[in-house]
Amino acid sequence: MAILSQDESQAILKKVLSFSTSDECEATLSGSNGGNVRSARNAISTSGAADDVSLAVEARFGKRSGVATCNEFDDATLRRCVQRAEEIAKLAPESPEYMPLLGAQTYIAAPKSFAASTAGITPDFRATQIGKTMKICDEKKVTSAAFLNDEAGFVAKRNNKGLEAYQQYTNLSFSITVRTPDGTGSGYATGDYNDAAGFDAGTLTQVAADKAAMSRNAKAIEPGKYTVILEPAALVANTDASLLAALMNALDARNADEGRSFLSKKGGGNRKGEKLFDERVTIYSDPTNAEIASLTFAGDGRPQKKMTWIEKGVVKNLYTSRFWAQKAGIPDIPRPGGWIMEGGTQSVQDMIKGTAKGILVTRLWYIRPVDPQTLLYTGLTRDGTFYIENGKIKHPVKNFRFNESPIIMLNNLEAIGKPVRVNGNLVPPLKIRDFTFTSLSDAV
Amino acid sequence: MKRRDFVGLTGLATGALFLPTVPGLGGNPVDPARLLIAADPAVNKRLADAALNAAKAAGATYTDVRIGRYLNQSIFTREKQVQNIASGESFGAGVRVIANGTWGFAATNTVTEAGLAKAAQLAVQIAKANSKVQKEQVKLAPQQGYGTVSWKTPIQQNAFEVPVKQKVELLLAANAKALENGASFVNSSLFQINEQKYFASTDGSYIDQDVHRIWPTLSVTAIDKASGKFRSRDAMSAPMGLGYEYLTPKAADKIPGPAGSDVIGYKNSYDILEDAAAAAKHARAKLTAKSVVPGKYDLVLDPNHLGLTIHESVGHPTELDRVLGYEANYAGTSFATQEWKAKNIPFGSKQVNIVADKLQPGSLGAVGYDDEGVKTKQWDLIKEGKLVDYQKIRDQAHIVGQKESDGCCYADSWSSVQFQRMPNVSLQPGKEKMSVDEMVSKVDKGIFIAGRGSYSIDQQRYNFQFGGQVFYAIDKGKITGMLEDVAYQANTQEFWNSCAGSCDQSDYRLFGSFFDGKGQPSQVSAVSHGSATTRFNGVNVINTARKIG
Repeated sequence: MAILSQDESQAILKKVLSFSTSDECEATLSGSNGGNVRSARNAISTSGAADDVSLAVEARFGKRSGVATCNEFDDATLRRCVQRAEEIAKLAPESPEYMPLLGAQTYIAAPKSFAASTAGITPDFRATQIGKTMKICDEKKVTSAAFLNDEAGFVAKRNNKGLEAYQQYTNLSFSITVRTPDGTGSGYATGDYNDAAGFDAGTLTQVAADKAAMSRNAKAIEPGKYTVILEPAALVANTDASLLAALMNALDARNADEGRSFLSKKGGGNRKGEKLFDERVTIYSDPTNAEIASLTFAGDGRPQKKMTWIEKGVVKNLYTSRFWAQKAGIPDIPRPGGWIMEGGTQSVQDMIKGTAKGILVTRLWYIRPVDPQTLLYTGLTRDGTFYIENGKIKHPVKNFRFNESPIIMLNNLEAIGKPVRVNGNLVPPLKIRDFTFTSLSDAV
Repeated sequence: MKRRDFVGLTGLATGALFLPTVPGLGGNPVDPARLLIAADPAVNKRLADAALNAAKAAGATYTDVRIGRYLNQSIFTREKQVQNIASGESFGAGVRVIANGTWGFAATNTVTEAGLAKAAQLAVQIAKANSKVQKEQVKLAPQQGYGTVSWKTPIQQNAFEVPVKQKVELLLAANAKALENGASFVNSSLFQINEQKYFASTDGSYIDQDVHRIWPTLSVTAIDKASGKFRSRDAMSAPMGLGYEYLTPKAADKIPGPAGSDVIGYKNSYDILEDAAAAAKHARAKLTAKSVVPGKYDLVLDPNHLGLTIHESVGHPTELDRVLGYEANYAGTSFATQEWKAKNIPFGSKQVNIVADKLQPGSLGAVGYDDEGVKTKQWDLIKEGKLVDYQKIRDQAHIVGQKESDGCCYADSWSSVQFQRMPNVSLQPGKEKMSVDEMVSKVDKGIFIAGRGSYSIDQQRYNFQFGGQVFYAIDKGKITGMLEDVAYQANTQEFWNSCAGSCDQSDYRLFGSFFDGKGQPSQVSAVSHGSATTRFNGVNVINTARKIG
């Protein structure tokens, strides 16, 4: 039952709303099917599958609200769920940040967020793909640890103010770390897709294995400020916090207006409209982008549309709740699902060729905020760090700890490469001068 | 309590549900009336048997079933208002099998005999598909069946039975204390967890467990509008394996920090009002604190800070799955390999004695049985500075030549597969009597650090950089004032070898990690780390101040 069609979903939601006696009522139905397989030491370690569907009903009387849920769909259960939401709403206090439910919305045409090839993935498909990685690594006499995860799901909303939304989605993600048997080399590769037809575990395994072989017997060089080429997986991770995601997460209007953000202005107000980054930095979101298709509506039903966040280094827009937008008299913009950083046409290899001296970074790890005032983050390089000299990789280097802010980083921009998909975003490799490494790590 | 009363009281908070959702604990919002209805073990046994039988019929040689009802309630407030309340329930079952010598797992929220049988059949199908590319068969350490048994966190007051109104009033009172004492903003929250877990396996165990955890916490921010500077201070509470009694403060549970620091630590109960007032004062003081001069310092680390250092630099590297490479693609491996252990290299100084413990009262990791039916225990990880053992589960024990699991298997949901997670890992207090003031009095140039700040460590657990909430300079045996921009960087082995000893048992407290992440798909777990205030000599301190223009 996990993937309901639009007609099936809206039929349930209409029935739910017909049971309501509240001033405002909104129902959301969501569900998914998914599976995964994980390997380590060139063997499958865990593998599983799960499915779930749930309904949430929010009932409102004036500025009072109540929510109840269920995951059974017979008439009696649905009626009881609505009654419980109403019962809670009648007893609730008025909310000082009440906003009426949205009425009918116009959503842009649904993008290709769903692919039958991904929804149809079987245990045999997963086993075959992970088996391919293990075979390659056996042949190369290296050790791999990998993870393949796929999901197909849907979200449907409806309220008695006229809002109606529905969309299906699919996603497949894969990542692999390959280590050399002597423990001195490690390489990494990752990819994610709406459509599994574009996925081949073997290609990504090859990349990670090559990096592992190249990174053996790394040399130590002094920490300090270096020109770095950060590969896309080093800028946005699907396993950890990351520098560019941290910047996007900080574009919140309320935090900025309240004085607790790097975007807060001395004496009050925020820095929207100011040029805070190199003029080559442009970041926008677009749920219809074919490469990173995502939901065209936000969790509260607001439409998602193309939105520019940073344009030529200038902060153009901040996202906000509907309440804060009304209170502050600012545009009402939901937080985006995925985002796109504009780039050039250069590959990482092209960028290496154009570098006299620098460090190539495959991936960053354990990235944590140090100071929210300056958006300073710390973390480490991992799984392939190399010294570049005269346009070529000269030798692997030991991993570094960095202490750096994405704001400083995007002001020290030397070059931008061609964006690729990482964790639902399009991210280019970046060449940055004066990137601050503060210590060395013996970790491989 | 009557259902109607509970719903009525809960209504106070649900009024805020149409505010933007604050990320909570997962799961779905749930009718609060359902939170108090316990599951029937007899029904669970019938359902579990349906899965065990279906898996066997499909070809499984081993099967375990977890029927789980996971309740969580999180209350979020800011300043004078409720921001959000999420009361969640997640109910379903996970079936794990070995077929053709390979693991398979499937989960479903259709908790009927037919639903569980179907999940069992899918788990076997997955195992058989995977077995086509598998080279080595799973070897499970033998495990006796315990028959029908049960275990419950020894709580005094179920937090889910406390009216939401009472909890909200307490959080708002804490916020008021912070605002009265100079905070510009304050956020407070209360997380409550109840895992009702039923486990059955083909070993012959039917285990019913009722696990409770609680975490009151807050964050206070002070702003200097003229300069645009802002600083924050988070709560000094620890998440605990306790009931709501944790929020009734007792004078005997308060442990003062060193003279001149005005830091108060909390043992088995927490005074949120007192801590909120202190947090506001500290946040304001941080606005004008002296920026640290980088260099080598002797560090005196409060248990509320040291707990996370233990977690990251001892707890994780002694997880056998990391040592073996199972986490290489995500959380990383470990420097503490079997080869490294065989060399008998000191992990720390002789004062370092660290135990793993799944039984410790009040701790987050305490359970009677783990999620693969193993009775829990306590054992040594580091003895007088030497690594003596790892943390293991059933399919790993043979790899290190051992015959039994340590009972460290855990899954954060019925829909997640169970795997090796950290038990409570704690540094034993010093055997000689020593107070914090005595310890500080012997430090010539040092820093006292309390509270959890920014934490980062590499994927093999060598290089780390840790911050804190409050920092105080120690000069010639005395606290001389507050510092800011402090972080210390070290190598795990060098750091633990610089350990110069701990205060005694009277200063021993638990720190806790409520959302420790690991695994793919990533799962969270909660563990506690005990210690007394401890001294480390000659640690490298950096200054983290930067300018962004």
